[in-house]
Order: sequence, then structure tokens, then C-alpha cells
Amino acid sequence: MENNLMDKDIPASNFSLSCPMPKFDFDTINLGHGSGGILTQRLLNSGVFDVLKNDLLDDRHDGAVFEMPGKIAFSTDSYVVTPLFFPGGNIGDLAVNGTVNDLAMCGAVPKYLSLSFILEEGLAMEKFWEILQTIRKACDAAGVQVVTGDTKVVERGKGDQMFINTSGVGTVHALAKLGWKSLQADDYILINAPVAAHGIAIMSLRSGLEFETTIVSDSFPLHDTVKGLLDQFGEDIHFLRDATRGGLASVLNEIALDAKTGVDLRQRDIPLDEQVHGACEMLGLDPLYVANEGVFIAIVNKSIAATAVKYLQDNGWPFAAAIGNLTEEHKGKVILKSSIGGRRVVNMLPGEQLPRIC
Amino acid sequence: MKYLTEYRSPEVVEGLLKEINHTVTQPWTIMEVCGGQTHSLVKNGLIDMLPEKLSMVHGPGCPVCVTPQSLIDKAVWLAEKKGAILCSFGDMIRVPGYGKSLLEAKAAGADVRILYSPLEAVNIAKNNPDREVVFFAVGFETTAPANALSVLHAERQGLSNYSILTSHVLVPPAIEAIVNDPGNVVKGFLAAGHVCTIMGIHEYEPLVEKYKLPIVVTGFEPVDLLHGILMLVKQLEAGVYKLENQYSRVVEADGNPSARATIDKVFDIVDREWRGIAVIPKSGYVLKDAYAKYDANVKFDIPEAIRIEENECMAGEILRGKMKPFECKHFGKKCTPLHPLGAPMVSSEGACAAYYHFSNVLETSKEVAV
Repeated sequence: MENNLMDKDIPASNFSLSCPMPKFDFDTINLGHGSGGILTQRLLNSGVFDVLKNDLLDDRHDGAVFEMPGKIAFSTDSYVVTPLFFPGGNIGDLAVNGTVNDLAMCGAVPKYLSLSFILEEGLAMEKFWEILQTIRKACDAAGVQVVTGDTKVVERGKGDQMFINTSGVGTVHALAKLGWKSLQADDYILINAPVAAHGIAIMSLRSGLEFETTIVSDSFPLHDTVKGLLDQFGEDIHFLRDATRGGLASVLNEIALDAKTGVDLRQRDIPLDEQVHGACEMLGLDPLYVANEGVFIAIVNKSIAATAVKYLQDNGWPFAAAIGNLTEEHKGKVILKSSIGGRRVVNMLPGEQLPRIC
Repeated sequence: MKYLTEYRSPEVVEGLLKEINHTVTQPWTIMEVCGGQTHSLVKNGLIDMLPEKLSMVHGPGCPVCVTPQSLIDKAVWLAEKKGAILCSFGDMIRVPGYGKSLLEAKAAGADVRILYSPLEAVNIAKNNPDREVVFFAVGFETTAPANALSVLHAERQGLSNYSILTSHVLVPPAIEAIVNDPGNVVKGFLAAGHVCTIMGIHEYEPLVEKYKLPIVVTGFEPVDLLHGILMLVKQLEAGVYKLENQYSRVVEADGNPSARATIDKVFDIVDREWRGIAVIPKSGYVLKDAYAKYDANVKFDIPEAIRIEENECMAGEILRGKMKPFECKHFGKKCTPLHPLGAPMVSSEGACAAYYHFSNVLETSKEVAV
């Protein structure tokens, strides 16, 4: 929202979530909406500013100016999901929750976000409107505000309808002492929720793979859970990471490589929804590599592992579990003990997971 | 999950392993034919749980691995043809031909689409009447009925812009080629369960009789595989040879007659080149003359691929069970899934990829029993 050219005379209406879409002159986004001219102003005034309204944003400057207490966490992420709408959400809540969760994994309580749209010419205004409203709802649910942003439009064919970038800042929890250096050789690995739902929900809509399912994305802001864990267990929480792109397997491999530790996983303890499992079997995909948007792992002191699992289970995550532990053996490798007792290496994926022939 | 968890039961697995241990008294080398079985063995860590004396070698049942490079070059040529849409199963697109892979062609702008079903390709053809849609029809007998059906659907809908580039291969001739190989060490086979779901089990009877060869039609879950192995080693230890069906909950003795009828209606059996092995007589399907207009090989004037001498990939040895992936000097060094020397390292059913992904630090080299 580069609003230095803003025509302050165009009034912003009072926004409520039941608001119908205002009249934007056009049914679709066109290049003019990114020109900085009148069309941009109308889009911003009747659209973005109105929906995302808050005191800092209402200043309408090039950036937001504010004070933050304590140690600050800062993170950024871009969202390029196809399709834009999927069971359980759309690119809007992904863009809010994704950055909120990145901050949460730093042990922070997220506070302010920036929001940048790159829109493709021809995007239906209705879709834009719906995504904007989803962003507002997700911000309210996560207790964050969009305080600065930008909107650009690219020619048809040069984008995939909509890309979003969000950055965010938050104050780090006073008891958080998270990072590689905090890890101990026999730490336990906890997970909050069943894996692979988000990736399978998206895949159920991809061209050529359509299948009927009630599986929905698990997109969810995790910072309240993280705050609760840190309030309760403080420095005994050693490391947090959300298992997004590349799934649980990729995250654990990164930890094994970066921290030069071995990781032992127990397949039978990894929570997996039956329908998601069935879809993975049918598609020939390994759920360990499928993306999540509301799943994180916490690596914690062995002594508090059972209590921490209980805490998670009692606070909204009934399927939370301890799924493995760090080890001084096989450093740099993740080894899975299969449900039937065999052992195998869980590697990094060399590329995208490809569906099998038969 | 019903019909799945009971075949992954740790208690049953433990019982079967004990019985296999108890049964095996001398070294045996046996082959699981299908790449899906290889992956299940390795992914579940079963290989390391079997007795030392029992050596599993991994068969040629990976359609991606045995598809000749020249055919991949043809698929790439079709994909790059102006206005064409090349549809393929996912596995195929990462394997390079003599030139590039379909994935590279896609990155360079070709319209390559990954599908689960050839019938979806027929829909794409219907919705894009001004574009040529080609389905890259690879696979064993398992995928042949659906590919055949796609041709029949296209015919019924009067589509003139749909064709298939076929590279179907057949299991029994491959088993016979392996048995006839001068250095063969394989004493018994786990036949591929899903192929038999279509074809039934009778076509293995002549092989059992002619070569005095124990064959057990086997499924893919840990309990299936161990049960199949147990049935096979019991035969071997008793010095008998017969055809048995471990996977009877899925495989009927006569297979699926209507699927077979669809295959017979559309395809003829021809000699077929298997990558890394040889041309095996009567080992593949080609569209009958009556359906030639749906055969991309006939429909388009595809230039013959420029053949380059095989590189250092030992695929032939691997696919005939003469070498284990980790015995190859390039395994995990010069040859990885990111920079493969050959198809077995690329495909999700390839033996080398199975070992690379699931067991590259665990596998201890067992002697292959001769």
C-alpha cells in the first residue's frame, strides 16, 4: 500500500465482516490497479484499508512506526499456493498463519505484519475480496495487525493469479532459549497434531488428481500454544520448528544436519489421520514428506516430555505425541523405526514427490 | 486402516520372521519381481530382518526402469511439438532419455501433465479439440487395461486428437529371460501380485514346469511379503516346485476376465526392448492395426533417437538381480537421485532409489547365494 499518492478525499466506509463487496468499477484486476493512480486508490481505500483497518495502518504512511518491548523476532515468507482456495482455507489465512507460526517458532508472540500482494491481471475482484476478508479474520484470530504493505499488478501470464508476501515482528518470550545450541543429546521430539492434512487437501484439487474427500487444511496459528509451552516449561523447551514445506521428514533432516545430531523416529507414534493415510496410500505419497500448515515439533528436555505431551493434549491438541528422540548415534541421519520393527533412513527428498505408476 | 493395518501387524511379522528363520537351513537367492515389493521390503526395514542365508535380489518390475531411453526421447519430442499436450504418470517425467527428461522439457515450456489415469487424458483431449494429446502409456499388465480403455473411450467419443505412446511390458517373458541368463543365481520368484490381479496366475504354470521353478504370487504389505517368502523357502527347502498364490485376497486364479478382454481387444503382443536387459521376444503390447490411428508412433513421424552408448549405469546387472545397488561403485557417489546415471536411481520403484532413500547407511552387504 504505497499510499503517498493517496487521494484522502475518497472516504473509507466502516468495515464489518458481513460487508458485501464494494463497487470497484471493474470485475477483475487490471494493470491500472497497480499503477498508483485512481484505480489503485479506489482498490486500497474501499478494499485493503477498509478491511484491514487499524490505527497504525490508518496513518497511511510508507511504513509503520511503533514501539516494541524486549527482544524482537522478525520473519518473512512468500505464499504461492495453487489453487488459491482449498478445503479448509485459502492463500489469505496461509499468508497470515505462516508468518505468525514462523515467529512463534522463534518463541515470539507475533504483533505486526506487513502484507504485499502481487496480483495477476484478470484476477476476479470477488476472489480478491474474499481473500482480503480471510486475511482480516486470520489476523483477528491470531491477534496481529497488518500495519504496512504494497500492491502490485503484473500482466496476465506473468503470475499465478495472486502471490502474497508477509513479514512479521513479535516480542520473544522472556523464558525462550531456543536454538541448536540448546539441544541436548537425549532430548525428546514432540509433535502437536496429525501430519500431512494440508498437502493432501491441496492435492485433492489439483488437475488430474481430483478426488472427493472431507480432508481440510490444518492451517492454524500456533503462537498461543507455543506461549503456553514456554510459560509452563521455559528453558526445557529447546527447539521449535513448524513442519511446513517438505513435511516432517525434511524438518527433521535439517535438524539432524544443522545440529550434527542423530534423530530416531518411531513410525507407530507419529499421528496420522486415517483418511489422510488412505489418500497417501492411494496416491503413492509418503505422509512424512507432505506439507503441513498447523503442525510443529518441539524438541524438549527428556524429563518434561511426558508432562509437555499431556499439556498439549489438554490444550487443544488431542493427538499430540512424543515421536522420537535425538541420539549421539548416526549423526546427521534420521532413522525411522517402522511400525513392524524394521529400521530405515528417512532422507531429504531430491525433488518433488511424484505420483507412482501402479 | 481396514485391510492394511492387519497386514502391517508387528506381532504377525515377528511370527513369520521366526518361522522363516526356522525354515531356512541353507543359502537361497530369491527374487521379488515387482519394484513395489522392493520398496516395501526396504521401506519397512525387512531386508535386514531376514536371515543371513536368505538373499533377496530385486527384479525388473519397475516400468520406469525398463522403458528404453529412445522411447523417452520420443515422448520428449512429442511434448515439444507445437500445440501438443503430453500426459504421463508421475514417475516417468524425471527419467532422462538420451537427451533430456520430460521434466526438463516441461521447464523449457512444453505442456507436460502428470496424471493418475489415462482416462483423464481423454478428457483433456475432449476439452482441447485443437490440440494433440498424447498419453505416455508405460507399465506392466497392471496399467494396460486402463490404457486400452482410454483408446476405446477416445474411439467412442470420436476424438481424433488423442493417441498413446505405448511401451507396455509383460512379466512372464522377463522371468524366463532371467532364468535363461547364463549367470542366473535366482532359485525362486515372488511374482507381482497386482499384475496377477489382471492376468490371473495360469500363465506362470509353464514356467514352473519347464524350469522346475517355485513361484509364489505375492502381495506388497510386510505380512504379504514375509508370507510369500516363507511359502517360497518352504518349497526350496523341500526340493519341490509349484505355483502358489499368497495374495489370494486380491488375486483370482483367472484374474480379471473383462480387463483381459479389453487388453486383447486393443493390443497385440510383440517383441519389446527392455532397457538394460535386451530385446525380449513376445514381451510387450502394441496397439492392433485397427487402432493404429491412436498409436502416436504411427500417427506422428517421430525421428529415431540418436543412440548413445550406455553410460556407466549398471542397470542391466541390477535389473537381472546380478548386482545389489550398493555393490555398484557409483551408488550414492557419482549416482544419486539428483544426478542419476540411470533409471533405477530415479523411479520411485527403482531398486537403487529404494536403497538410496531408505537404507543407505543401514544395509550390510550380504553374500549373494549362488
